[in-house]
Amino acid sequence: MAGSENVYIAEDGTIKAADAKVKVPVREQDPKIRATNFDEVCYGYNQEEAIAEASRCLNCKNAKCIAGCPVEIDIPAFIQQVKNGEFAKAYETISSSSALPAICGRVCPQETQCEGVWIRGMKGDAISIGKLERFVADWAKEQNIKPLSCTLKNGHKVAVIGSGPAGLTCAGDLARIGYDVTIFEALHKPGGVLLYGIPEFRLPKDAVVAPEIENVMDMGVKIETNTIIGKSVYIDELFEEGYEAVFIGSGAGLPVFMGIPGENANGVFSANEYLTRNNLMKAFRDDYDTPIKCGKKVVVVGGGNVAMDATRTALRLGSEVHIVYRRTEAELPARVEEVGHAKEEGVIFDLLTNPVEILTDDDQWVKGIKCIRMELGEPDASGRRRPIPVEGSEFEIDCDIVIMALGTSPNPLISSTTEGLDTNKKKCIIADEADGKTSKEGVFAGGDAVTGAATVILAMGAGKDAAKGIDEYIRNRSK
Amino acid sequence: MYRIIESDLLAANIYRMVVEAPRIAKHCMPGQFIIVIKDEFSERIPLTICDYDRTKGTITIVFQPAGASTTMLTELKSGDHFYSIVGPLGNPSELCSMSKEELSSLKILFIAGGVGTAPVFPQVKWLHENGITADAIIGAKTKDLVILEKEFNEVCNLYVTTDDGSYGRNGMVTKCLEDLVAEGHDYNYAIAIGPMIMMKFTCLLTKKLGIHTIVSMNPIMVDGTGMCGACRLNVGNEVKFACVDGPEFDGHLVDFDQAMKRAQLYKTEEGRAKLALEEGKTHHGGCGNCGGDK
Ligand SMILES: Cc1cc2nc3c(=O)[nH]c(=O)nc-3n(C[C@H](O)[C@H](O)[C@H](O)COP(=O)(O)OP(=O)(O)OC[C@H]3O[C@@H](n4cnc5c(N)ncnc54)[C@H](O)[C@@H]3O)c2cc1C
Ligand code: FES
Repeated sequence: MAGSENVYIAEDGTIKAADAKVKVPVREQDPKIRATNFDEVCYGYNQEEAIAEASRCLNCKNAKCIAGCPVEIDIPAFIQQVKNGEFAKAYETISSSSALPAICGRVCPQETQCEGVWIRGMKGDAISIGKLERFVADWAKEQNIKPLSCTLKNGHKVAVIGSGPAGLTCAGDLARIGYDVTIFEALHKPGGVLLYGIPEFRLPKDAVVAPEIENVMDMGVKIETNTIIGKSVYIDELFEEGYEAVFIGSGAGLPVFMGIPGENANGVFSANEYLTRNNLMKAFRDDYDTPIKCGKKVVVVGGGNVAMDATRTALRLGSEVHIVYRRTEAELPARVEEVGHAKEEGVIFDLLTNPVEILTDDDQWVKGIKCIRMELGEPDASGRRRPIPVEGSEFEIDCDIVIMALGTSPNPLISSTTEGLDTNKKKCIIADEADGKTSKEGVFAGGDAVTGAATVILAMGAGKDAAKGIDEYIRNRSK
Repeated sequence: MYRIIESDLLAANIYRMVVEAPRIAKHCMPGQFIIVIKDEFSERIPLTICDYDRTKGTITIVFQPAGASTTMLTELKSGDHFYSIVGPLGNPSELCSMSKEELSSLKILFIAGGVGTAPVFPQVKWLHENGITADAIIGAKTKDLVILEKEFNEVCNLYVTTDDGSYGRNGMVTKCLEDLVAEGHDYNYAIAIGPMIMMKFTCLLTKKLGIHTIVSMNPIMVDGTGMCGACRLNVGNEVKFACVDGPEFDGHLVDFDQAMKRAQLYKTEEGRAKLALEEGKTHHGGCGNCGGDK
């Protein structure tokens, strides 16, 4: 595309970054316009921009970026392939390590992973590895290029619980080496948080999530939706049905509330409910029946990705939105890009602020939220400075909707109905980090169900390790 | 999957459907519920399981169209399929985990109001199969709305009462309960299922009469697995999720006033959707607060 910033096309046709120290900027929807629609914010690179950005790679011998990637994509190799215009090869390189590249390119916290450890990062901007990964995956989809799959089945059955990134990765990796895999999913559509949590404007469902899930299904993975393990069927029954191993990738779906007065008032929602109504059940679209409350002024409590997503969803539904977070901007756990996007779109950040009570009218509807100012004290166990309330600093914010985005914890449905499956005090399933083995024979686990709420790519990494663990377990058993 | 095998009307506006759902039929117990979705665009609707046949792999649901989404369920005919049914959800009724001795030490009364009659049925039937014939009250507005009378009569001692006195005894279920107690019944365990307001007043009365009372709550739900918190209730000053902690609770501890207010949450949206359904898509106006008709 002509006019792309920082792209230099030489007379012989070679494409380079005009300034190798600076990222090729990525085109985005104008903040004012996008704050009113659910279309994707970021347009991604075109071919020239991708090649120019790839040309900035130093192709180091001792590439640190690979170690920064939980699924160990051969990053320098795929970037060199992009640089040479060999996009199909680049897709082969990426898809041999990751089943969901179009998704990861969009939602991974690259700044703390591959891009964070990047060598050039010390001398200039890090390479936009995520944007390049996304470019390659989107290109492959347009060309209808599929990841390699296995045609030789080995006859062993494996059950995977949950169709989030952990489950999809584990299922895909096992199918690729010949296993007969069935995913059991509680909801009516597959994808886990990718579908019900992360909004359309950040991760388009039909254009990005569905095709990548389809790729996994094309490898021969089957899926049974509407099936809750621990209710519709039990893990021990799965073994009776002939599954030789079970992988639990059931995520961390339970919402956390603050336990402050007024929290059951009408107009207080968990971020999970608000996002599920809008993402999975598409309340924002006229052709779906799902109701949602919009509100004139919405307060979102929390500072993670979930809070940013709830905030920007409420904004797009037409509300003025405030984020209430008890520490400072530096401690916001959300991806840096999301915080930036939220600010550009007009979200108001009330930092160093913590709710103490939700105020209601006579009919039990939210009319405001009472907060207290905070200051940062000594670092706590997480290494972040502990927020301390400033005495006597209470004040009220008028609002008609409050969304609680304080994190989530694993659902005990499976652990409480499966004998011999150990959990820790946070209800997380205890599993071996290397291969996902749990305390129960033949049962493996990984992702948020084990770690508590974390990231897509860590869940994928765990799914991958567990697939290796399961393969080894079944091969030893069949000896 | 989820094929509708039979569909009929139990009363003027009360629908019954028998649906194929083998995994659910295999595991469900009295007191549990399911969530159905009519088609890709519909809401997730929680409905109590009213009967099940483990060998045929079927479950029975009964509903009375209220909001837009339940009204749309009535479009489905025998032979059609639901887009999705998930379950069984929630916990089985407390009765199902009691021993024979415990059960026979109880003097049990079921109190069913309106469509609430349907979810009471599997419990009464289960008790009967386990050798106990309980008493039950079915309350309805009027004669034409009394449902499942024959089925109940086969498995319990039944008292029917109508608000307008057009059939059976005359008056609401609370009046019937008072009369039965006055007639010498000394119940010590009641299960009341019906509209929230009926459960509230029944509980006020049973508290006075000193009868331990279980109610089945049906708040707004989304997933039914503990994921969203939409179904939260105040029970004994603790926050409970009806879908995973219930749906049955000690009726003397439930904050009914709050639960009734929470049930109003989407009433304006629902009203608008129902209007849209009745008058075609011309009335569809999004959420109402974000600028009227989108
Ligand atoms: C709003 C939001 C935004 C986020 N943004 C980002 C981001 O930008 N970047 C990032 O890296 N991470 C992000 N995360 C975190 C990330 O999505 C999760 O860490 C990741 O999805 C975890 O994957 P998982 O496979 O372990 O579980 P999940 O994605 O939670 O999937 C679990 C699946 O299992 C199903 N399930 C649960 N119990 C059962 C059962 N008993 N039987 C059958 N099925 C069951 C669930 O329905 C679900 O589909 C975000 C999370 C949320 C909620
Ligand atoms: S329905 Fe979502 S938590 Fe109960």
